Amino acid sequence: MSKELTPDEALDKINFTPKSGNWMDTTPSVQIKPGMYCYAAKADSVKTLGLPNARPWNPLEEDWKLPENWQEILHQGIKERLEKFRTFKIFMDVCVRCGACADKCHFFLGTGDPKNMPVLRAELLRSVYRNDFTTAGKILSKIPGGSRLGGGRPLTMEVLKELWYYFFQCTECRRCSVFCPYGIDTAEITIMARELFNLVGLNIDWIATPVSNCFKTGNHLGIQPHAFKDMLDFFVEDIEEITGVDCTPEYQKKGADILFITPSGDVFADPGTYTCQGYLMLFKYLKDKYGLDVTWSTYASEGGNFGFFTSHETMKRLNAKMYAEAKRLGVKWILGGECGHMWRVIHQYMDTMNGPADFLEVPVNPITGTVFENARSTKMVHITEFTADLIKHNKLELDKSRNSNRVITYHDSCNTSRGMGLLDEPRYVINNVCDNFYEMPSNTIREQTFCCGSGSGLNAGENMELRMAGALPRANAVKYVHEKFGVNTLGTVCAIDRAALSTLCEYWVPEVEVYGIHELVGNALILPGEIKRTQDLRMEPLPGMEEE
Amino acid sequence: MNQKYLIPLTTVFLLFLIAYTGVQGAGLQVFFGIVFPYLAVIAFLGGFVYKVFGWASSAVPFRIPTTCGQQKSLPWIKQNCIDNPDTPGKVFLRMLLEIFLFRSLFRNTKAAFNRNESNKLAYSWEIFLWLGALAFHYSLLVVILRHLRFFTAPVPACLTWLEYFDGIIQLGLPGIFISGIVLLAATLFLLARRIFDTKVSYISQAADYFPLFLIIAIATSGIFMRYFTKVDVIGIKTFTMGLVTFSPVIPQGVGGLFYAHIFMVSVLFIYFPLSKLMHMGGVMLSPTRNMANNTRAKRHVNPWNYDVKTHTYEEYEDHFRDKMIEAGLPVDKKE
Ligand code: SF4
Ligand code: SF4
Repeated sequence: MSKELTPDEALDKINFTPKSGNWMDTTPSVQIKPGMYCYAAKADSVKTLGLPNARPWNPLEEDWKLPENWQEILHQGIKERLEKFRTFKIFMDVCVRCGACADKCHFFLGTGDPKNMPVLRAELLRSVYRNDFTTAGKILSKIPGGSRLGGGRPLTMEVLKELWYYFFQCTECRRCSVFCPYGIDTAEITIMARELFNLVGLNIDWIATPVSNCFKTGNHLGIQPHAFKDMLDFFVEDIEEITGVDCTPEYQKKGADILFITPSGDVFADPGTYTCQGYLMLFKYLKDKYGLDVTWSTYASEGGNFGFFTSHETMKRLNAKMYAEAKRLGVKWILGGECGHMWRVIHQYMDTMNGPADFLEVPVNPITGTVFENARSTKMVHITEFTADLIKHNKLELDKSRNSNRVITYHDSCNTSRGMGLLDEPRYVINNVCDNFYEMPSNTIREQTFCCGSGSGLNAGENMELRMAGALPRANAVKYVHEKFGVNTLGTVCAIDRAALSTLCEYWVPEVEVYGIHELVGNALILPGEIKRTQDLRMEPLPGMEEE
Repeated sequence: MNQKYLIPLTTVFLLFLIAYTGVQGAGLQVFFGIVFPYLAVIAFLGGFVYKVFGWASSAVPFRIPTTCGQQKSLPWIKQNCIDNPDTPGKVFLRMLLEIFLFRSLFRNTKAAFNRNESNKLAYSWEIFLWLGALAFHYSLLVVILRHLRFFTAPVPACLTWLEYFDGIIQLGLPGIFISGIVLLAATLFLLARRIFDTKVSYISQAADYFPLFLIIAIATSGIFMRYFTKVDVIGIKTFTMGLVTFSPVIPQGVGGLFYAHIFMVSVLFIYFPLSKLMHMGGVMLSPTRNMANNTRAKRHVNPWNYDVKTHTYEEYEDHFRDKMIEAGLPVDKKE
């Protein structure tokens, strides 16, 4: 493990002016640096999933133990994907290297490494494409020095290592795509690159092991059914202590109205656990007041989908559980918790991959009568869409003053903003449960939001230097509102954010704490029959109760 | 010196010389004026169609637009119809703005970092790339349209108007066309940006400089012919009309500069479909921009969707049955 950098040392390294010359000359000098890469996937996890080339290997070692014909496998893999994905083919062809995307990536802004400019990240692979797949490239490669002139290069071991290193320094956040005049989405190219890596067994463990857990046990953390229930029981006890109300949920209940699925991070990792308590309280409230029947499932106990960071096929394999479980239980529709990439998968992939969900009903909120037209086919609704609808129709009793010590700003997570457009729903909920809401600067929110730096399966421990560098642009904006408005709370609707932003804040802005939106809802929600509350869900005194 | 731009620069220079001396010295008018331009047009059309069909033949398995604004959700939440369209009509609008006004480029910002006690990352609006790109593309369009007068008889009225407006600043004789000047200036700006902006220069390839140099050479030779050497326009029109009516003739008294101009345009035509210049076609097909964000409302079908191995509930329950029963969780089979 590398010595960890202090924030000051990290800042000293930033320089947005690349050296002159040709980046292609720098490939031989690329070194995989501790702190900047994630450990190799364990052979066992790769085996469970039946993915190719399961073996122990180490990125720092010379020999990556690839299959003999790895070049051919990758060449074939690229060829196949060019036919299967128009995005990939067009994005390989049309970049004009205008540089509009160059300084839009949080990893470039945080590291100053020119290969973290989205355009250059894509060029790493595009150069191989030009050499092997384009007419111009094929003609040029016949003349000495010609390939290079055309910006092409053959796929050698050195090149593969460079690709691997830098495509695991992209969090698939799509910020670059917002600014590109052709919508070139480097995230999509990263997705392809990672699929290719998997063909020769070059995954990272922080992705492969959660995926294999999820496949077998139902969730990334490998929580077994009884342990999952134990965790929720534990939350129920805490809530009861705070509110006097028993919020015991239902599990695998056949014929319930709604199946609820959230990332397992909410069940196991602070501060997501408080958000999870918020969900439990909301469902209890709706059950008591309106008779709404929500069930959880230990089988479909993972909303997140690290398969998305592995390959389209793996994503589909993990995602299949949602519809399968909804069908088995005979619920009307599915409600999804707060998560980022989970929602990109549900919003843009699920119905296509595992639908049609004709065994479910068009989602209707039975309490307000609202038909969720935007989820008519997929039949899955985001919890902030659901809660916003309840609040709008005055169906929740809320006491905002219980959050009055929270001066809050809101972090849009990449996937829900740029892969969905969920922007105003969470803001509406926040404004109804808290009084002090301040936006970060406009270049850092909504569709221009900055990634937490740890998305797409890069939230491991061993690549902390990379994560904290990538976190800088987000942290910088948080720090700005912290200093200007006294913001002490960073709200988010993403489970990875809840963990990653907490680390980010600890490193860059230690005075700010991270909250899920439904934790704030849980604090404000007045449960039927509750006792006088003196504590919030974190068991800290509520505002005005400090001295009692 | 930097060979990334020296090689393309030299190449363009050589191209010019080949045609110029080929005509002046070797009398190869027929090759540079007739054979090569025909070949170039065929290569351009063939290459363009081939490329676009190549893209179109790739599947679009998922509907994955990049959303740049509020989605359509609850009726009382205001949707951003342009940046997050959910219907074909709204997508059309987004595409129009993208294609004709370079909307995404308009957003461009520039990041700066100041290492001082506040350590602030600041983003400022960066409009010059957008302006330069817009000036370049529109002046190029006008120049191309203006050239249609050489290929039409009688010249349609709209072209005459275009020329009238393009030449509205009446300066000297023949009158100045703004488009030509703007084209040259914008291309020089884009070139300067490529050389002097360190980030852009680092990502640039010879393939980025070549078309810039080529267009600069074409524009310069055109301007030269119009304002300085004053070529024989009647002779040229006879020649170009000959080309479009497929009865080519070589006019008298038209010199090497004109053939060099035609030759470089032909090279650009051939180069076009082989290169990044195909962004002209690509922008229209880009799935992150030309799809509606309504994937949850309307199912998108993946033409190559296939079944995968999943871990079923039955397998799961078989694996954990005892633990589930013990924890009081419902099970389908008691043993
Ligand atoms: S903005 Fe688009 S076209 Fe420009 S360099 Fe980036 S990816 Fe290429
Ligand atoms: S998707 Fe995000 S992380 Fe990846 S290159 Fe683009 S801006 Fe950077």
